[in-house]
Amino acid sequence: MNLAYYPGCTLKNHASHFEQSAIRAMEKLGMPMTEMKDWVCCGTVYSQTTDDLMLQLASIRNLLRAESQGIDELAVLCSMCYNTIRRAKDFIDKDKENLRKVNQFMYKEPIEYSGRVKVTHLLPILRDRITFEKVAEKVVNALTGLKVGAYYGCLLVRPEAYAIDDFEDPSIIEDLFTALGADSRAFPYRLECCGAYQTITRKDVTAKRTYELINSAWETGCETIVTSCPLCAFNLDQRQKLAQETFHTFRTMPVFYFTELMSIALGGGWDEDWVRLHEIDPRPLLREKGLLPEVRS
Amino acid sequence: MKKIGVFICHCGVNIGEIVDVEKLTRQIANYPGVEHVENYMFLCSDPGQNRIKQAIQDKFLEGIVVAACSPVLHESTFQNVLEESGLNKYQLEIANIREQCSWVHTDRVMATRKANLVIKTAIEKLKLNESLIPSTAPLTKKAMVIGGGIAGIQTALDIAEGGYEVILVEKKPSIGGHMIQLSETFPTLDCSQCILSPKMVALAKHKNIKLYVNSEIESIEGFIGNFDVKVRQKALYVNPDVCNMCGDCADACPVLVPAEHEEGLAWRKAIYMPFPQAIPATFTLDEDSCLGLEPIACGKCRERCDAKAISYDAKPTIFKEKVGAVVLATGYDLYPIEKIAEYGYGKYPDVITSLQFERILSATGPTHGEVRRPSDGKVPKEIVFIQCTGSRDPERHLPYCSKFCCMYTLKHAKLYKHKVHDGQPYVFYIDIRAGGKRYEEFVQQAVSEEEVVYVRGKVARIYPHGDQLRVFGIDTLSSKRIEVDADLVVLAMGVVPSYGTDKLIHELKISSDSAGFFTEAHPKLRPVESLQAGFFLAGSCQGPKDIPDSVSQASGTAAKVLALLSHDEIQHSPIVATVDQDHCSGCGICIGLCPYGAREKDPRLGVVVVNEILCEGCGACISGCPSGAAQQKNLTDMQIENMIHIIASHSISSEI
Amino acid sequence: MRYVISRKKMHNPLLQKLQELSGQNVFDCYQCGNCSSGCAVVEYMDIKPNQVLRLAQLGAIDEILASETIWICSTCLQCSSRCPKGIDVSRVMEAARTINLRQRIGVVEPTSVSEEDLRDVPPIVLVSVFRKLSG
Repeated sequence: MNLAYYPGCTLKNHASHFEQSAIRAMEKLGMPMTEMKDWVCCGTVYSQTTDDLMLQLASIRNLLRAESQGIDELAVLCSMCYNTIRRAKDFIDKDKENLRKVNQFMYKEPIEYSGRVKVTHLLPILRDRITFEKVAEKVVNALTGLKVGAYYGCLLVRPEAYAIDDFEDPSIIEDLFTALGADSRAFPYRLECCGAYQTITRKDVTAKRTYELINSAWETGCETIVTSCPLCAFNLDQRQKLAQETFHTFRTMPVFYFTELMSIALGGGWDEDWVRLHEIDPRPLLREKGLLPEVRS
Repeated sequence: MKKIGVFICHCGVNIGEIVDVEKLTRQIANYPGVEHVENYMFLCSDPGQNRIKQAIQDKFLEGIVVAACSPVLHESTFQNVLEESGLNKYQLEIANIREQCSWVHTDRVMATRKANLVIKTAIEKLKLNESLIPSTAPLTKKAMVIGGGIAGIQTALDIAEGGYEVILVEKKPSIGGHMIQLSETFPTLDCSQCILSPKMVALAKHKNIKLYVNSEIESIEGFIGNFDVKVRQKALYVNPDVCNMCGDCADACPVLVPAEHEEGLAWRKAIYMPFPQAIPATFTLDEDSCLGLEPIACGKCRERCDAKAISYDAKPTIFKEKVGAVVLATGYDLYPIEKIAEYGYGKYPDVITSLQFERILSATGPTHGEVRRPSDGKVPKEIVFIQCTGSRDPERHLPYCSKFCCMYTLKHAKLYKHKVHDGQPYVFYIDIRAGGKRYEEFVQQAVSEEEVVYVRGKVARIYPHGDQLRVFGIDTLSSKRIEVDADLVVLAMGVVPSYGTDKLIHELKISSDSAGFFTEAHPKLRPVESLQAGFFLAGSCQGPKDIPDSVSQASGTAAKVLALLSHDEIQHSPIVATVDQDHCSGCGICIGLCPYGAREKDPRLGVVVVNEILCEGCGACISGCPSGAAQQKNLTDMQIENMIHIIASHSISSEI
Repeated sequence: MRYVISRKKMHNPLLQKLQELSGQNVFDCYQCGNCSSGCAVVEYMDIKPNQVLRLAQLGAIDEILASETIWICSTCLQCSSRCPKGIDVSRVMEAARTINLRQRIGVVEPTSVSEEDLRDVPPIVLVSVFRKLSG
């Protein structure tokens, strides 16, 4: 059965390689993905105030549309969308009064909200539905010798109630990469904030965060960092230039979406076109590990 | 009809402020059966008691209702008043209009109506009260102490010195508890082993003390003064009377496991002596780590033992003991470091617990008292102590303050400075609690003279950084973000009831609080007695305590036990269950319901009979009895129905 | 600096507003400092997260609203996940931002975002910034 997924805004532009590689990888795993129709922006950040009704509507509209399309489980790829939609779901599932109010804004939607749609991040689907054993069986191009640091950031593990794994000591991404044949390394800063949306107002903050995070990964012996958040990916990858200007000892490191390396390992390949979406060119590393086709041939 | 007197107490403003006592007095005066009613400011006072006596005498009263505080506090006071006036003390009823009325309500009108009904139900109950005589039972003049730490040792010694026999049961192979692991003790810095080992020796040699080590409580049955205890002792593969402690067995043993006494910082063999001063002084074989008690599997220790002290055929033994009192002194353990995510879940070798650091500081410890860190044996020059690890954290760990960590952390920092003169200790703290005698002076001296730097703020995380640990904290006093690259981090772990206490609570049905510490009978006035008669408490099993507090409580507990044992017999409340033999069908449902084993079927009569000495009057059997044959003295179905009738026939919202 | 406290300060309507919007009781805080020591961006803050709670307890809400700190907070939720008293500190930050934003006080003017940023940063950044930082 096809897996319905919610891409979110950034997967249609700056992170299009995230979407494309995920589609390739899931195809190879025998669980092809279909994009849900008529989706809208999730709101990107979950509101943290008590009178936040209006700020939930966009996410809930997505849930309603997914339901009307007969979707039981909605896979979300982006960490921020996952967090926002998943928490919006609880906002109405756990409070009938909230549901009643929200429904008053949904008169243009085809159906009433029933709460049937399950919201999951792609990673738990890999772990729980496909299982990492099965993933390992499907590996055709093992990431042998690639030292990978999993970067969780904030929203995959916080708040605790929505964490996709142990919120203090997760291992889901490390386990996935072990299944893909890589050398998974847990680096100390893997749960720390990248500076997030400070990246416009306070570029110095994100540059320093990037410097510290990447350094922590180098110190742990990582050669690359993988993430599932387009905002983290932007800061960790694009802000390395600024980090380098600010901290002269800084050593750059390629950053991937976890699905890019999955696609390589599972035989979906890595698209040369994706290189324009990377600030730090990952090709030398991929070549060194024999993971780019032209080197293998 | 019984002539009833009702006495209503103002309790200063405690009752009088919320309940209209004067109005209540007028209302109750008209109630059927009430011969006399009056109110008084403090009925528990001498003049107050005299007024009751006077009224009994003047009006020939036969039953008394005192409307005042909880019966827990003054029931016995007023029972004595009745007895002194020639009445049976079970002709007293307390109507609790303080804890269950004035303290919990704010509306004067409604509270007064409720007090009215509470008093009337008490009157209805009293009308059918019988005059009862407490039953008596013999008393075994012997005590059992469970737990051989400092609290248990002190209690046992004091009771034994008082002239009564004591049986001390210890789970581990030696007595000594956590205190024997400590290096030096605050605030005097005297050597822990030096002050404890004489007590251990005295205990071992005391003619009135019998010691069971490697032993746990299998069951305790009976009641105050008459407990039947089964003690299960693990198989003693080494005969302590024959073992000459030569150590050849341990040399021969091929097994290495982390040593408990060293908090895992050193290894021991499967056959070992827990520590040099162990009591009883003997080697002991740990069957869990032994390669196999079958000689085919190993058998090396027995081959090597010239004294022939080792037998692989030993079996666990159940000892049966009769005692009159049981003292719980089961102590504490540290909150598990594995639960502290931000400090590495115990995965970093140089992030250690406070007890591990005690062993490092101890002259008999794994480093012979030199401060060396576990990972590489390096002398740490930058050392961080983190207080409140696991404590004062209601959200994720323990809600309470573990009480003695402030002081031992300071002691750690001091002892560290005494041993590593050029080293720098930092103590991250939230508050310093130094309320004991000479504790504050101890703190101030360390800060002003010993260069112990206190940083006020909780450490959020620790990351490995090269061969050091990077500690991220804050100093809330200067608002500086603090980072320290530390060689060693010592966590002042919170304290929990010792592992296994929950099992004991379940087995003995002893009251405990939400954290699992035993509950005292009254937090201020009965601090060493359990709510269960005949059970007493000593030391940290009741709540975290340092050594002076544990020893004080232990001696207090011993005094209470001695007072009990000095009686020749014990009285037992006559408020017990009865069986109406004409109605009992002998179905036996009640037997299973009785938590005290007080009911059994009489094979001759075919009905259930009650052992009044065992019955605690809980009422479980009565609510379970399908035929109504089970009743409780002075709390019969008829009495309860009459009480309910009073409540049900009045609406609290209308004027009574 | 002298700061006079009084009943009026303690019953500051802005304090009530802060607690209402955040859903948090600021008086739960016992100043252990865990929020500040765990904060990834604390070095850029003019008042530390624990001080935000402390100022709120003293009724000094104006100082919180005027701080850099509330705009530096990136809602990574580390403080909230570690608070021993279960205070969701990030909600207090958000409430302070919200009080400002609803008076059209923010730190990012949408029209002033540079051409370069508009070209480079992904939409996820722009939407977050406008929601969190634009009045």
